[in-house]
Amino acid sequence: MSEIERAGDAHGQGPGTTLARGQGALPDRFENPGLPEHRHRMGDTDPKAARRAERQVAVLLVLSMIGSVLIVVSIIGIKYDDSFERISLSTKAIGLSMFLSLFALGVGAVHWAKTLMPDDERIDYRHRQRGTAAEREQAVAILKEGAAESGLGRRPLIRNTLIGAGVLFPLPAVFFFRDTGPLPGNDLSTTMWKTGTYLTKDPEGGRIRASDLGLGSVVHVMPEGIEDAEELLNEKAKAAVLLIRIEPELLSAPEGREDWSVDGIVAYSKICTHMGCPVALYEQQTHHLLCPCHQSTFDVTQDCKVIFGPAKRALPQLPIQVDAEGYLQAQSGFHEAVGPSFWERG
Amino acid sequence: MSSQTTVDKLAAGVGNYADDTAGASKIVNGFARKIFPDHWSFMLGEITLYSFVILLLTGTFLTFFYEPSAAETTYTGIYAPLAGQHVSEAYASSLRLSFDVRGGLLMRQIHHWSALVFVAATIVHMARVFFTGAFRKPRELNWVIGGVLALLAVFEGFTGYSLPDDLLSGTGIRIADAIILAVPVVGSYISFFLFGGEFPGEDFIPRFFTIHILLLPAVMLALIVVHLFFVVIHKHTQYPGPGRTEDNVVGFPLFPVYAAKAGGFFFIVFGVIALISALVSINPIWAYGAYDPSPVTAGSQPDWYMGWLDGAVRLMPGWTEISAFGYTLSLNIFIPTTVIILFVMAALVAYPYLEQIATGDKREHHLLDRPRNAPTRTGLGVMAITFYVLLWISGGNDIIAHIMQLSINDITRFLRVALFVLPAVAFVVTKRICLGLQRKDREKALHGRETGRIVRLPHGEFIEVHAPLSDLERWTLVQHEVNRPMEIEDRVDAGNPDTLYGKFQRRLSKFYFEDRVEPVTPAEVEAAHSHGELDAGEQMASVEEKENAAIGTSQTLHG
Repeated sequence: MSEIERAGDAHGQGPGTTLARGQGALPDRFENPGLPEHRHRMGDTDPKAARRAERQVAVLLVLSMIGSVLIVVSIIGIKYDDSFERISLSTKAIGLSMFLSLFALGVGAVHWAKTLMPDDERIDYRHRQRGTAAEREQAVAILKEGAAESGLGRRPLIRNTLIGAGVLFPLPAVFFFRDTGPLPGNDLSTTMWKTGTYLTKDPEGGRIRASDLGLGSVVHVMPEGIEDAEELLNEKAKAAVLLIRIEPELLSAPEGREDWSVDGIVAYSKICTHMGCPVALYEQQTHHLLCPCHQSTFDVTQDCKVIFGPAKRALPQLPIQVDAEGYLQAQSGFHEAVGPSFWERG
Repeated sequence: MSSQTTVDKLAAGVGNYADDTAGASKIVNGFARKIFPDHWSFMLGEITLYSFVILLLTGTFLTFFYEPSAAETTYTGIYAPLAGQHVSEAYASSLRLSFDVRGGLLMRQIHHWSALVFVAATIVHMARVFFTGAFRKPRELNWVIGGVLALLAVFEGFTGYSLPDDLLSGTGIRIADAIILAVPVVGSYISFFLFGGEFPGEDFIPRFFTIHILLLPAVMLALIVVHLFFVVIHKHTQYPGPGRTEDNVVGFPLFPVYAAKAGGFFFIVFGVIALISALVSINPIWAYGAYDPSPVTAGSQPDWYMGWLDGAVRLMPGWTEISAFGYTLSLNIFIPTTVIILFVMAALVAYPYLEQIATGDKREHHLLDRPRNAPTRTGLGVMAITFYVLLWISGGNDIIAHIMQLSINDITRFLRVALFVLPAVAFVVTKRICLGLQRKDREKALHGRETGRIVRLPHGEFIEVHAPLSDLERWTLVQHEVNRPMEIEDRVDAGNPDTLYGKFQRRLSKFYFEDRVEPVTPAEVEAAHSHGELDAGEQMASVEEKENAAIGTSQTLHG
């Protein structure tokens, strides 16, 4: 208790609490009037109120006990198996019992503190963080003495080599991470699509006949054989393609790409050039493709160039053709990297 | 009585042993009666701490059942729509611990809800610390530690909700990979080292798991310990009021009052989160399905604390991606993600020191500011919040467009402009409101409280009677000190006023403190009172005159 006082003791000992009127010059600032007088609670003066509070706390703690028992009852008592109603019931029962058990205990403890423990404010005194002049001098002296004893100042050879060793020893740590992954190489720029790869429906599979595609239809496409790929998800994340059929005259193929489509059927990478989400929303009326992640919008009639949103590059086009039996296949792989940009992409 | 003595003996025995082995008496003497001030806003940090503890408890439970593996397996559980599908072990075990483990779904929901509460409480706690100036000396370092904790909390949340390997979390990872790829020069290398090759690969789940359950929690726990240690050695700040000074702390002792209050509050927080988790479903991963890079759901949204970054990404125009000399610089991704995070962290860390430059004040501050008494700081804080909220709104622009039947393009274009205009407006308006509130405080300190009683004077004039304030009431309105812009003379003491730093300091100080309202002085109250005894009309005139003098600068500049 050495430094802690009850507020009541301190009250009124502070500097003058009222304005000294008419006694010459007034101070520039008001003075702190000191703590207000403590007002007692009902329970402090009325034993009945105190007993009532005591009972309230006890009731809350009993409620908490009931809650704890109910948790056990819910866990053991409610069969938790094949039906979702059961799972839902069990989750609610255990959760609500936990609420009762924990909340009542917490409220009980707080109520106890607020109604029955002393509520007169105490004062503790603060000390500046900075040491006194003597403490600081002593610290400096100790450090100087230690430094002198180490001889670092006198032995620059040790000092310099120590710095060198200290700087170098953590560096190898970085190289331990070397085998956390392979170097990128050109993995980001290649996909499973090659000359002659057949287009198949995703996810049901099966080659696609050009004549089966109605005007305005959209098909999610994967390269044939992707199910057998060693890294299935990695390949899927790059090879996903959207196949769209619109009126041929609406297409505006850039120079050199006039023959990349088949009768108004075009294939574009489904992986957004912004952050790699699947560009899954196609608006038939406007021929716009919308990425649901950040709303980049691509216009199929303008070679899937970006007409709105944070993406910069058009969706890469997959050149397609039909084989002798009318099935769609790739003329070649993509001519550029699909998906989000990266430094070496060029 | 005999039972009493048994208890006493037992307590003595335990105490004796604790003292002999751990020096318990010194710890009790030092800590048991430590005084903590009482205020509801001091409980925000408590909520943060308690939800962290709840996360540790429920998270440990989840690790007993979760399988951190991307290995393929066939789903055979009870959720019929997924029956027979090829899914990862991570996804299957997340479903198993939800549907086959008693209380498992509840634990998962408590874990997720606590995570949301944890980040929310962290940010509201930081706002409280900012607006009351609790970051001032000697607490700057603790503010910085808190900022680092907030950043780690966001990463911890992200790695956590990535673990179930469902469609939504996979989409989040896909975007995280794009953020990494957009880092200039080394992006694709970092991505390949993190994912063990191409996205998504099979390595990220066990790696994220280790980061989520070991690395980040350990670092955070260590920082939380330091954070709380600082609270102990600095002693808690307190709001200004009668009897509260820079040299004392007024409140209640740790033992028994705060042990009961704070201990009880832990159970209240836990109880409320259990209640929410019992009744409100969160992250129903079975409904999303397993991760597959080719499908996606419309309206994909990250957890709320990532929303502002997602919003920033949505607002950035595409033309900011630059390709030159065979390299691509994706500023459209790099700026609204990596750069903005670094910028926010830098601003956070620098702020206390920046304000110290403006005030030139190296003293310790333990009394909190009322936000109105620091108008520029409060304005800057509201400006930052406005910026944040606009980005957050932008993160839901598709949902807003859908619900309100608006064009998503219009919303995005509006937000692109609003992001720069509205924070500036918010700054000016907030600062004005603060100055207005300070003037209201002056008014009240000078003339007292309005009573609502209208009196007609003998010559026919109506006046409202003001009840004088007690010393205690007045003190809160007049206790604060006001900073003034630094003059050249102030700088002469500190060094050369014409150095670049000196000029910067003066300019910054002018920005902060040019507009200000001084607290009422005893002389002003005295004058107001003595005039009041003579003539009510004259009193009004004279006070107006005085007020104009006291708030002169702001009137002439902005009037």
